Amino acid sequence: MGLSTPAEHRTVSYAPESQEGWVATRLDFLVNWARANSLWPMPFGTACCAIEFMATAASDFDLARFGMERMSFSPRQADVLICAGRVPFKLAPIIRRIWQQMPQPKWCISMGACASSGGMFDNYAVVQGIDTIIPVDVYVPGCPPRPEALIYGIRMLQEKVKNERAADKGTRDEMEPDPTSQLYIPPSVIDELGEPFGNSVNQTRSGL
Amino acid sequence: MSRFDVVRTGSAVAGPPPTTPKIASHRSGEANPSAAALAEKFGAAIVRREVIWGETIVYVAPNSVHEVIRWLHDDPTQRYDFLSDVTAVEYRDAEVPIEVVWHLRSLPFRKFLRIKAMLPKGQPLEIDSVYDIYRAADWLERECYDMFGIRFKGHPDLRRILMWEQYKEGFPLRKDFPLRGRFSRSEQLRQALAQNPEARYSMEELTIADAFAELPQDMRDRLNKGERTGE
Repeated sequence: MGLSTPAEHRTVSYAPESQEGWVATRLDFLVNWARANSLWPMPFGTACCAIEFMATAASDFDLARFGMERMSFSPRQADVLICAGRVPFKLAPIIRRIWQQMPQPKWCISMGACASSGGMFDNYAVVQGIDTIIPVDVYVPGCPPRPEALIYGIRMLQEKVKNERAADKGTRDEMEPDPTSQLYIPPSVIDELGEPFGNSVNQTRSGL
Repeated sequence: MSRFDVVRTGSAVAGPPPTTPKIASHRSGEANPSAAALAEKFGAAIVRREVIWGETIVYVAPNSVHEVIRWLHDDPTQRYDFLSDVTAVEYRDAEVPIEVVWHLRSLPFRKFLRIKAMLPKGQPLEIDSVYDIYRAADWLERECYDMFGIRFKGHPDLRRILMWEQYKEGFPLRKDFPLRGRFSRSEQLRQALAQNPEARYSMEELTIADAFAELPQDMRDRLNKGERTGE
């Protein structure tokens, strides 16, 4: 079956003469192989990263090679949320709701500097990294990332999917946010993640 | 003239249509004749007239803005029928007043006019809405209120448009507003996630559905008087 897999996983065999109709493999491998090669993306494009994402999906770079040609604009039929672009605070409950509407198993790619860290928008309106709202599997750096970079991130996600174990129940638990604050991670961690860095340190929180 | 008639730009001008000068000098450009007409018509209500980079600016006393813009819109010799923008400017110096700016365009005469009104700081930032003259002022004035906190008297639905309605940190484009906001990042995120937009609007029409008690008091008052929103 034309797959390049590590030696210990080469258990798929097909010999028409002697064993017609038989495939022997690990269930994990088969399920993960199917999942990893048909990740339906939910494109959450808000800014210029979405343009690069469109370029990735177009014929030159051809996301269909990875079984991702079917953009799932309904989150209920999506496997991977690709957040391409900055997320302002007003969008925070929207992306949270979209993530909650996606069925398990689901993954998330944070594409670009803004989605991953707020990027250059260290201001009052932009979320400092979508990992403060939803769990993220792969971060793709760049401003915006080249299509090759996004494809590299997708390959990393495929590797992660291929290494999942069905016996590991924890990977499929839906993370429930704290009921009072609706936050996944402690406020102190969010404050730490949102601390200014680089040139931003010269801009004080006190304004004038 | 019905409201659906096509207006050709420059159609009201006799002779060849006016052209936009390619090179405008800083201060010595030719003034829009509407400025002199305004000074003659309204006298003391016209505070100052300026021409900068070929564009005419008329400073109007805040109480007269509505009257002036109404005249510019209705008078057959002016016909400023297009409102491009309503915005505001705050300067860094604390004693310099906040300016509210209207960009008016006359399609029949191919003229552009900028109206400014100065609102001193330390007083309530209030000015008359031009919503009854231009429907385009609806969202423009809401944005100006959202970013600068200027209240437009007579606007039918003055609430935030860019930030969510329960936004508590103030008016972001004011000079005393810190760049990163007033609250910590975690508090900002907590409040943003609590905005619950689905509870507030029904999908069929953008009306206030639930969460009535969480709305600001002035909005509840207006809704109680039977006002519809989101139209």
